[in-house]
Amino acid sequence: MTQLPHSTERKLGLVIDLDTCVGCHACVISCKGWNTENYGAPLSDQDAYGGNPSGTFLNRVHSYEVQPQNGHAQLVHFPKSCLHCEDAPCVTVCPTGASYKRVEDGIVLVNESDCIGCGLCAWSCPYGARELDVAEGVMKKCTLCVDRIYNENLTEVDRVPSCVRTCPAGARHFGDLGDPDSDVSKLVAERGGIDLMPEQGTKPVNKYLPPRPKDTIEDQIDVLAPLLAPIAEEPKGFMGWLDKALEKL
Amino acid sequence: MHPAPSVIVFTTLSGLGFGLLFFLGLGLPNVTGWVAFTFFVIGFGLSVAGLLASTFHLGRPERAIKAFTQWRSSWLSREGWCAVAALILMGLYSIGAIFFAQRWGLLGFVGALFSILTVFTTSMIYTQLKSIPRWNMNLTPAMFLSFSLAGGALLAGQTALALISLLIAALVQILYWRQGDQALARSGTNIGTATGLGDRGSVRAFEPPHTGTNYLLREFVHVVGRKHAEKLRIIAFSLGFFIPVVLLIMPVNSVATKHFLAAVAVLSHLAGVATSRWLFFAQAEHVVGIYYGKR
Ligand code: SF4
Ligand code: SF4
Ligand code: SF4
Repeated sequence: MTQLPHSTERKLGLVIDLDTCVGCHACVISCKGWNTENYGAPLSDQDAYGGNPSGTFLNRVHSYEVQPQNGHAQLVHFPKSCLHCEDAPCVTVCPTGASYKRVEDGIVLVNESDCIGCGLCAWSCPYGARELDVAEGVMKKCTLCVDRIYNENLTEVDRVPSCVRTCPAGARHFGDLGDPDSDVSKLVAERGGIDLMPEQGTKPVNKYLPPRPKDTIEDQIDVLAPLLAPIAEEPKGFMGWLDKALEKL
Repeated sequence: MHPAPSVIVFTTLSGLGFGLLFFLGLGLPNVTGWVAFTFFVIGFGLSVAGLLASTFHLGRPERAIKAFTQWRSSWLSREGWCAVAALILMGLYSIGAIFFAQRWGLLGFVGALFSILTVFTTSMIYTQLKSIPRWNMNLTPAMFLSFSLAGGALLAGQTALALISLLIAALVQILYWRQGDQALARSGTNIGTATGLGDRGSVRAFEPPHTGTNYLLREFVHVVGRKHAEKLRIIAFSLGFFIPVVLLIMPVNSVATKHFLAAVAVLSHLAGVATSRWLFFAQAEHVVGIYYGKR
């Protein structure tokens, strides 16, 4: 059904910390690893070992440089996967009903056996969170690891999305953003979590935590620095005269 | 956006075909027998060829029938319904005109309505996408509808109507280009809002997530073809509107010459609309390009 539910019982999603992400791409690989062999069609690669490799991924990490008015530029690593939007345009455009948003937890999924691969949902997503798989001809997107988070065959610690479980920096958090008392909601409130492209009106569930201001870089970078000061003093004698003479020229 | 030939062929031909069916449904011209047969063959041929071309870009064309299920929310689904309704209604109407030399007026009127509604639903598939600001404008349906009516009137041999609708379509085209060129800036989406880092300074895409290409770049980021956009606009405008109008107002006496000029006008218009459609796709910036520092 491609009509959006009026509200969902829960709003499961991710909170991504741009302050701690180190840009290692471990979540990208772990996402691909889990999702290529579980829910739905595999995530195919084309020309994987050739000169022009390309493939389907559900999560990708960009890197941006922010240059403030004054001070040093900052590098921000920026993981991006489906934001499980409340007002998901990708759902309503779908002609077949393959794209849907679940009432029970708000996860946006694709029923691959109904998908005709028209690509319109990917056109409608401003974030580039959907990729049409070249080999399968159907739309792939982040499932919020729906086959892990409820999976009783996994130990409890593993019942979180693969990317969250893998992140070595703890930059990805998973939880119910519809519940103001959940850990993720508290984290968002505390750190001033933001929406991406709010003007697009998609109301993303996933939130991004902005990087904290960096410590100021002082002139004296180290307490031992004075001891390392260059020993060359003002030149004396002939060299001193030469120095002054050259200066005057 | 990647200007996929299948979609350009589809929107150009079916727009023209349904435009012709619209006028035939209204009895302009009011034809019967073999003449009617020829007109309807052209109308159905163009619209069906266009619809078939549109299935070429599906990943799973064998399941296309499922696209009829979501008419409540999806413009693509509504387009499917309108197209089928228009073809069935006009099919029945054409039987009266071809075999019984009769014009079943009401049927023709409803068929005409669904024909033009099909063009409207096609345009709404593009117009609804906020992610592509250049399409997300009221002028998009205006452009599709005016082009379809102009082409339809030309094909239907309605010289006076064709002249008026060509002039309207030309005006809409210019307005569309003018407003479209500012659409991305006006949408308010930029690398600052895309990353949420805009209030800290100027943001620059430093490193893409992958060294090779991917579906997103292939489908949505088409920078190469925009180089010649200005020239192509002139070509599209001349072929699509200027030349047909000149050919229509040319004073000729012989009927044969008149028909010949009309045929040239149709072909020129078709080529012009196809060029304009190519630009419609190639120039459309999907905001996902911003994440890659491209547009
Ligand atoms: S991020 Fe894109 S694919 Fe995911 S729900 Fe939002 S619009 Fe749909
Ligand atoms: S590609 Fe599949 S899921 Fe996406 S809109 Fe088309 S049919 Fe629906
Ligand atoms: S939640 Fe699962 S599917 Fe989504 S990005 Fe993380 S690992 Fe990939």
